[in-house]
Amino acid sequence: MSTAPTNVAPANQIDPAKGPALAKEHGLSPAEYERLLAIVGRTPTLTEIGIFGAMWSEHCSYKSSKNWLRKLPTTGERVICGPGENAGVVDIGEGQALVFKMESHNHPSYIEPYQGAATGVGGIMRDVFTMGARPIANMNALRFGDPSHPKTRHLVAGVVAGIGDYGNCMGVPTVGGETNFHRAYNGNILVNAMTVGLADAGRIFYSAAAGIGNPVVYVGSKTGRDGIKGAVMASDVFTEDSQAKRPTVQVGDPFAEKLLLEACLELMETDAIVAIQDMGAAGMTSSSIEMAAKGKLGIEIDLDLVPQREEGMSAYEIMLSESQERMVIILKPGKEELAASVFHKWELDFAVIGHLTDTGHLVLKRHGAVEADLPVLPLVDEAPRYDRPTEPTPAPDKLVAANYPLPGPVLPILKTLVSCPDLASRRWIAEQYDSLVRGDTLAGPGQADAAIVRLPDNEGEITRRGIAITTDCTPRYVLADPKMGGRQAIAEAWRNLTATGALPIAVTDNMNFGNPEIPRIMGQFAYAIEGMAEACLALDFPVVSGNVSLYNATGNEPILPTPAIGAVGLIDDVSKTAKLAFPGEALTILLLGETKGELGQSIYLREIHKAEAGAPPEVDLTVERRNGDLVRALIRDGAVGACHDVSDGGLLVALAEMAMASGIGATLDLPLDAGLLFGEDQARYVIVTGSPETVETRAGLAGVPVRRIGRTGGDRFAIAGETIAVADLKAAHENWLPSYMAGKD
Amino acid sequence: MQSAIIVFPGSNRERDAAAALKRATGKEPLHIWHRESDFPAVDFILLPGGFSYGDYLRCGAMAAQSPIMREVKARAAKGVPILGICNGFQILVETGLLPGALLRNASLKFICKRVRLSVEKTDTIYTNQYAKGDIITVPVAHGDGNYVADAETLKRVEGEGQVAFRYVDMINGSMNNIAGITDSTGRILGLMPHPEDATDPAHGGTDGIKMFAGIAEAMAA
Repeated sequence: MSTAPTNVAPANQIDPAKGPALAKEHGLSPAEYERLLAIVGRTPTLTEIGIFGAMWSEHCSYKSSKNWLRKLPTTGERVICGPGENAGVVDIGEGQALVFKMESHNHPSYIEPYQGAATGVGGIMRDVFTMGARPIANMNALRFGDPSHPKTRHLVAGVVAGIGDYGNCMGVPTVGGETNFHRAYNGNILVNAMTVGLADAGRIFYSAAAGIGNPVVYVGSKTGRDGIKGAVMASDVFTEDSQAKRPTVQVGDPFAEKLLLEACLELMETDAIVAIQDMGAAGMTSSSIEMAAKGKLGIEIDLDLVPQREEGMSAYEIMLSESQERMVIILKPGKEELAASVFHKWELDFAVIGHLTDTGHLVLKRHGAVEADLPVLPLVDEAPRYDRPTEPTPAPDKLVAANYPLPGPVLPILKTLVSCPDLASRRWIAEQYDSLVRGDTLAGPGQADAAIVRLPDNEGEITRRGIAITTDCTPRYVLADPKMGGRQAIAEAWRNLTATGALPIAVTDNMNFGNPEIPRIMGQFAYAIEGMAEACLALDFPVVSGNVSLYNATGNEPILPTPAIGAVGLIDDVSKTAKLAFPGEALTILLLGETKGELGQSIYLREIHKAEAGAPPEVDLTVERRNGDLVRALIRDGAVGACHDVSDGGLLVALAEMAMASGIGATLDLPLDAGLLFGEDQARYVIVTGSPETVETRAGLAGVPVRRIGRTGGDRFAIAGETIAVADLKAAHENWLPSYMAGKD
Repeated sequence: MQSAIIVFPGSNRERDAAAALKRATGKEPLHIWHRESDFPAVDFILLPGGFSYGDYLRCGAMAAQSPIMREVKARAAKGVPILGICNGFQILVETGLLPGALLRNASLKFICKRVRLSVEKTDTIYTNQYAKGDIITVPVAHGDGNYVADAETLKRVEGEGQVAFRYVDMINGSMNNIAGITDSTGRILGLMPHPEDATDPAHGGTDGIKMFAGIAEAMAA
């Protein structure tokens, strides 16, 4: 059906001689432009070139990554909807579903941190409520440049304020996240935002258009000239003049989105909606084309009917605007009045702008003339796909731990580590986010290895059920060994959820990498995916949604490969969970899992010996699962008073974090060995318990190594004759970020 | 006995407030949409937290012009107790039902944390279950909680004993550490902190329970 004659107004067609230059301006390669011409079958209009440029951008088409993403496991007993829709959907029983996804807004956030981050949060929330879920928690994963870089402070301040202002106004708690600093992000920060929503499992809304003749409706804010060509901008490396791209950054209005959320959920209570899709990257272009393509239908839109904020907007501008807080809805026939009344109640624009057709074409009219007439399926199905060459990262040598001994007394080293940029307290950030609204946050930022949020039932009543949510990734591991790093990112997310007592159920991934046209970078991507896939399979942890952000580089300097993982776990009874603070005095501290003393790529190595070297710690997925399953069972059986997984900084840092969170000290029975105290061996947990024999017996049965390493008590942290007040450690830990942000570093 | 929560476009803590009221009274409050100009007789009215009208213009300024607020003022004149929390406090100030104003936090940043408050006034339905001088811990979550008033107003508010709560540690620049004030009758209370988010052991603290217990008792009387 894609062969219907096309009939754009000749006056709108471009001068064919200018075609190649226009194609280049829209990010299309000469070969891609040839393909465009073959599909269109005549001289295109400017609007049509703009549409192809957006749809075939890396950002919208996943043309470099799609062949690799297929390797990730995306199915499972609980999976209702995997990747490909606005967000992933998993069944959590009791007639309920979780809808979640993580998405990047890296390029806009570097150019304009406040609006870039704010609209990133707005976009991901829209993805979630588009599917019929009420957002109940936000998370984020942030990477900034070296603290000494002149832009870092300004970027941190802007991004944090942007995330806070948007989520706070929406009334969705921001319950946790992670923040790293590394010079590789100096010219290209990462802002990855995740939203988890709760829906009635029987009322999930999808985007496939259906019903020839059905009205196409536009709701939300008006369309302006902001964010035009944002998807194209996000698919290119940054250059010196990237600041000149500021007009391609969108402007957020969280109040409009709050109204849009309530209006959409109210309309979803009726049976008026056939399909719904938010307008995100590439705005009306991608939303209308994706809906039509999924339904294998045509769509005709009169752009004169689109609510516009500015006068004199062209078809090109309307189609490529990335104005925020907008949705496209396909209504059942005759439901226009009902839908209009809901949106007018919430003081939002509502306009019938077109209808579905049987032509298979996207037809756009402006001032009575046809501005675009394109076959929908070829535009999507014949989008370019690249099997880009990959080059493996050379295998790193194992580090010899004995070459990096403790340079002096251990507690000053510990104090240095807990106050270094990557391990210092994130309180300055977390307190700018409303983490408590809705009254269901049981463990907010920094209180447990994952955030814990209580679930209401489908009637809104409080229940005993809850979820745990985490975001995690260790980019320095991925750089050193992409496959092991990919495996570790998934394993650590799984471990974070497990350490709260939750059963990990599903993953969303946000793949942030450099320029895929460079084989070494494409190799990082490919091997990271392989490692992730292995871990997802071994841990029954399917990927249900995700986002790929490539071209994260400034000139020739790529970012660290950063496959940020967001993940959720299910808790049957929120009274049987573990947080990380020591729960009391005179309790036994146990270490579960084997310690080999792996110092490769450790924070200790970097901060104390100023070396970023060696292989990252090995992740054995069988051991990971065995240890984690035991820890979860122990927590659920009430045998655990506190639990913390051992990750960045190693064992002594984990213990210090548990002490600082509680104000209670500990006396440790550990030798002064750098590998033991600061190695980042995987699959390990610190457990605090009043019944160590129970834990030891069960660990013995499960074949999990267990070791008594100390007792809680007092207000000092003591090891091998050295002691330090917990308050001293905490002051150093708490002080770094506020001092830095105040410019006192 | 019946309570009502007024819902504005942009309100977002109405669910938290409703849960606290239900816990204390055993009964769901009515939710009244801001466009209504009339609503059933109720024994208590709550203006919840959030960002009514996006906090555009000034916090609470546009909500204060809503049709419903004319009726809320009329109910106030008849003696119906009214509690404004956070954005609700800002709306009460903009409406003129409470004196003073709330400006941007001195830090210029949004702040969400648990804070300690001292109970300064116990002859109201909101505070009569606390003892004077009690120190309670409840969360705050606001960007504009910096209470200011002109010298004469501040003197009157202090002189008449209208200060209900003060921050133990200053967090937002408020004059005299004021966290919550009443009108001259004590029937209208506005405060920036969120006692409704400290009414369930799962909240990590329950110091707000006494406020809602006081409200429930007054409604039952």
